[in-house]
Amino acid sequence: MSDTVIHVENLSKRYVIGHQRSKEDGFRHVIEDAVRAPFKWLKSRQDRQKRTREEFWALKDVSFEVKRGEVIGIIGRNGAGKSTLLKILSRITEPTSGRIRIKGRVASLLEVGTGFHPELTGRENIFLNGAILGMSKVEIKRKFDDIVAFSEIEKFLDTPVKRYSSGMYVRLAFAVAAHLEPEILIVDEVLAVGDAEFQKKCLGKMESVAGREGRTVLFVSHQIAAVTRLCRNVLWLDGGRPKEYGRADLICSHYLANGSSTSAKREWMNGSPAPGNEWVRLRNVDVRVNGEIDSQVNIDQPVEIHVDYEVLREGKVLIPNIHLFAEDGTLIFIAHDWHSGWRTRPKSPGRYKTIFTIPGNFFSEGRITVKVATSTYQPFEVHFEESDAVAFTVVESAKNETSRGDFAGHLPGIVRPLIATQTEIVS
Amino acid sequence: MEELIIEAGRTEKNYWRDLWRYRELFYFLAWRDLLVRYKQTVVGVAWSVIRPLLTMLVLTVVFGKLGKMPSGGVPYPILVLCGMLPWQFFSTALSESGNSLVTNSNMISKVYFPRMVVPAGSVITSFVDFLITVIILAGMMVWYRFVPSVHVVALPLFVLMAFAASFGAGLWIAALMVEYRDFRFVVPFIVQFGLYVSPVGYLSSRVSDLYGDPCRLLYSLNPMVGVIDGFRWSVLGGEQQLYLPGFCISLVGVVLLLVTGIWYFRKTERTFADVI
Repeated sequence: MSDTVIHVENLSKRYVIGHQRSKEDGFRHVIEDAVRAPFKWLKSRQDRQKRTREEFWALKDVSFEVKRGEVIGIIGRNGAGKSTLLKILSRITEPTSGRIRIKGRVASLLEVGTGFHPELTGRENIFLNGAILGMSKVEIKRKFDDIVAFSEIEKFLDTPVKRYSSGMYVRLAFAVAAHLEPEILIVDEVLAVGDAEFQKKCLGKMESVAGREGRTVLFVSHQIAAVTRLCRNVLWLDGGRPKEYGRADLICSHYLANGSSTSAKREWMNGSPAPGNEWVRLRNVDVRVNGEIDSQVNIDQPVEIHVDYEVLREGKVLIPNIHLFAEDGTLIFIAHDWHSGWRTRPKSPGRYKTIFTIPGNFFSEGRITVKVATSTYQPFEVHFEESDAVAFTVVESAKNETSRGDFAGHLPGIVRPLIATQTEIVS
Repeated sequence: MEELIIEAGRTEKNYWRDLWRYRELFYFLAWRDLLVRYKQTVVGVAWSVIRPLLTMLVLTVVFGKLGKMPSGGVPYPILVLCGMLPWQFFSTALSESGNSLVTNSNMISKVYFPRMVVPAGSVITSFVDFLITVIILAGMMVWYRFVPSVHVVALPLFVLMAFAASFGAGLWIAALMVEYRDFRFVVPFIVQFGLYVSPVGYLSSRVSDLYGDPCRLLYSLNPMVGVIDGFRWSVLGGEQQLYLPGFCISLVGVVLLLVTGIWYFRKTERTFADVI
């Protein structure tokens, strides 16, 4: 209990929309209302209530706890309430109801470079920004060299920041914030900016803040890969309500799976309209990891796709095949059952099962959907084709050897094999 | 370790302590505004000398020469400068701090700090202008070989009063501006109008001379009347009498302005980030 640094109970935040009028003609309404006030009683009560009831709950009954030294990820779609939650935690705005207990100094990186003045030099902005974030002058002076070194802008220290490239600007801003040394650090989307090299540096800094220095980090990002890698626990917000809270890899895969009804197992009972024709009918498809049905696969684990089907009539060579698609709809590959002795042999009626095994260290992180089909190739005929039959999520939380190595940022690419490399000193 | 509790309407408790913790931010904000102010100008800092000098010249010509107002035996430029000193402080502080929250809106909506730091920083910036004008006044006094009275020891008290009036009014305008941008148009009007309804270019005794004492009491409802009279009394001394009933009314006005300003600001600042 003593280790709980953030304790959030039934937190809610309501915004009243419609009440906030357009900014330029605001005061006139106040005067108008004041003039009309005596006559308001003539209007029916209901009418007035209707006008003020346009409200919107950005957060509703959110509760969770964070322990010291934990890195908590907060994920959710746009408008899920992530930013509102962070704003309340960092005291920028206050909640409508509920309470938060926080132990220790909180610093928020809601947007790096807040309070930077374009006319001031890098040096001057370090002091200004530090003061805005709550550092004392002595503290800034003490860390000044570290900040400059981290930001890699030594040469431009006395140039107005308006002449900086956007990369330099962000580096300087993050450097100031990263040296804040709060007990609790709130980070929102800072990693969306800067080049890959600097992103890695930022992630590294956050990891060390959380790990070695034992500080607590709240991290909001759309980069699920970064969240699974950095955070142990994840809070998933959906429409202002907490949807799930728990282990990072688990919640992230649920989050990625959300929005499509496809799961790791699909079954068609007798009589239900299963895909197929008079020759063959699909009965069951599932995704297995280590023999168990699972929708979540670690990047280095092999995946099995079990296709279960019923042959109704004798006389055709039936070749089951699977098509695997990445999140963006790109076809990753097609696999056929060419090698099992059924290549030229017609199947007699009965239940069959074909297992496709895809090795570990093959897929990239993300959600993979599987289309299942069965075809005859001479002459060509497709007996059934079931899109989105099953799906699974590839996550990378393993500390095992993967092709990611020490890189922590976004690693693009559809596949991510572990390639053998060898380096020799040539001369 | 200190525990912080965030609840609806609960930010009050640590407010003044936080304000103290962020005291360096006052300094940094004022420092930033001063540094930035004359960037990319040709004349630079000279502007802060040119502006009061020209205003003084115009007011002396209009009120002293054309209007032939009585000066009570004091060189008219010094009389005018004495009135301008608190008035310019008040008017620049009012317009700067009034706009301060809106111009710093990115900070307000992104970082927590006691919001009062921002308008207070603007008042401090205006105070630097005030000090420059004090130097001009001193120069003028040397030029005219004018020796200030012993009352001058009381001057810091009136400076404090000017501070309170500026800060109080600035808080009101700043907080109102967040929600009602109308005040962007109201403030220049107050400043323009105020120059004439405050005894900047003339002596406030002129009001009672023309319309009698009750009128002067009414006139003193303008808090700046008391502040300016106080300045003249302490710097010019001699024949300048402090009209006590009027001064007291102004003093009450200043205190009221400050107290209600803080009250209104505190009341509304919790929703600044949502509204701005």
